[in-house]
Amino acid sequence: MRYSLGSLLANAVTGNRNWKPVWREPEPKAQYDVVIVGGGGHGLATAHYLAKQHGITNVAVLEKSYLGSGNIGRNTTIVRSNYMLPGNEPFYEWSMKLWEGLEQDLNYNAMVSQRGVLNVFHSDPQRDAFARRGNSMLLHGADAVMLDREGVRKLVPFVDFDNARFPVRGGLFQPRGGTVRHDAVAWGYARSADSRGVDIIQNCAATGFRVEQGRIVGVETEKGFIRAKKVGVSVAGSSSRVAQMAGLRLPIEAHVLQAFVTEGIKPLIDVVMTFGAGHFYVSQSDKGGLVFGGDIDGYNTYAQRGNLPVVEDVAEGGMALMPIIGRLRVLRSWGGLLDMSMDGSPIIDTTHIDGLYLNAGWCYGGFKATPAAGWCFAHLIATGQPHPYAAAYRLDRFATGRVIDEKGMGAQPNLH
Amino acid sequence: MRIKCPYCGERGLEEFSYRGDATVKRPESLEPSAADAWVDYVYLRDNPAGLHKEHWHHSAGCHSWLVVTRDTVTHEIVGVEPAREGS
Repeated sequence: MRYSLGSLLANAVTGNRNWKPVWREPEPKAQYDVVIVGGGGHGLATAHYLAKQHGITNVAVLEKSYLGSGNIGRNTTIVRSNYMLPGNEPFYEWSMKLWEGLEQDLNYNAMVSQRGVLNVFHSDPQRDAFARRGNSMLLHGADAVMLDREGVRKLVPFVDFDNARFPVRGGLFQPRGGTVRHDAVAWGYARSADSRGVDIIQNCAATGFRVEQGRIVGVETEKGFIRAKKVGVSVAGSSSRVAQMAGLRLPIEAHVLQAFVTEGIKPLIDVVMTFGAGHFYVSQSDKGGLVFGGDIDGYNTYAQRGNLPVVEDVAEGGMALMPIIGRLRVLRSWGGLLDMSMDGSPIIDTTHIDGLYLNAGWCYGGFKATPAAGWCFAHLIATGQPHPYAAAYRLDRFATGRVIDEKGMGAQPNLH
Repeated sequence: MRIKCPYCGERGLEEFSYRGDATVKRPESLEPSAADAWVDYVYLRDNPAGLHKEHWHHSAGCHSWLVVTRDTVTHEIVGVEPAREGS
């Protein structure tokens, strides 16, 4: 059913008894043109764009748990395109443009809120670095505004401008950045893909790949073998484990990033703000809770939970930037699994097996990339050629030296 | 997570810095023919879900390098020993 004011009114006057499930729960068919392993945001977006942009609808998405149970439901919902390097910025700006048209494309309310993303800075060298980044964004067609102290004060009057150690000197602001309701992204893509004929198969983990003469012929799953002409793997957080089933060793370590939500309060902060002298970023949800996070824990883990030193570090960062939160109580915290790649940038590429494609290595930035990752991965699967926006995200760049290292940290995943 | 340093006893995580996988070995050869081995050493990781041998530095303690064997699914530490050349 297409959502509209008319459909809402019709269902309202009939007591909301006639809403139907928005996707089917089919059993897998014996054969598909394309099987996507991983029913998260990226996998579902890939299925949507395969169907819509490339007319490939004989597609299955395999999800090992229930739909939206992974990182698409565990992130802090921030979208932005404030990257610097040529290999990254056009991709993230395309993602930003897709976010801007997402709700109309999907006919689904994903609560896209372009409330702005503010990165405050605290010193002259940091101002220079942010100006350089802002100029790079402008050159790539994104939006960026340098704010002085008074400009920042208009947006967030409560921050500690005169902090003795980290005085706020100004900020780099991307007005088009913001937040998107993360679960609704998964649901919207799933509904759209399903309505075009894509089978979304939940509680069905892939257990192996079948390869004949160097070419993929299908996926072994908990519900039996599924034959497929092409297979896309989109399982960030578990990429090494799934790739291992294909005999592939990846330049990736699994890490955890923690996030926190406080009790609900009256409207306080209407932008997304990041601290420039530590690890703390914050926004306010529509329910009123402050949503914030910080740095990754920094050691290999698949546990989906972190440790206390990072909790303390995030709290200290928050208190240094905005002491106003000192008496707020944290309601809950959680951790999400990350594919930390060796240069901090993702991989969208072919593999050594014909017909097997890889979308991985999203570090802590996969959510904002969801539409463009789906768009570019669908393009790669459909045409066999990398999409120009994702052409730098090659798996072999670690061997050729063409790494995309935004932070300049080298092959040390816990420093990106 | 607490790590039992062989020299200092059990200490909190905040005293330690993480380096990563302790099983990768630096190639002997600097010849171009060893390029693949260097890519393996610098970039590629097994990244197991389960027991993982890893280097930790007791950076806010005795400054010794340790090889910690830890379960990456449960965070349980099953062994700590001093890092030694060749081990």
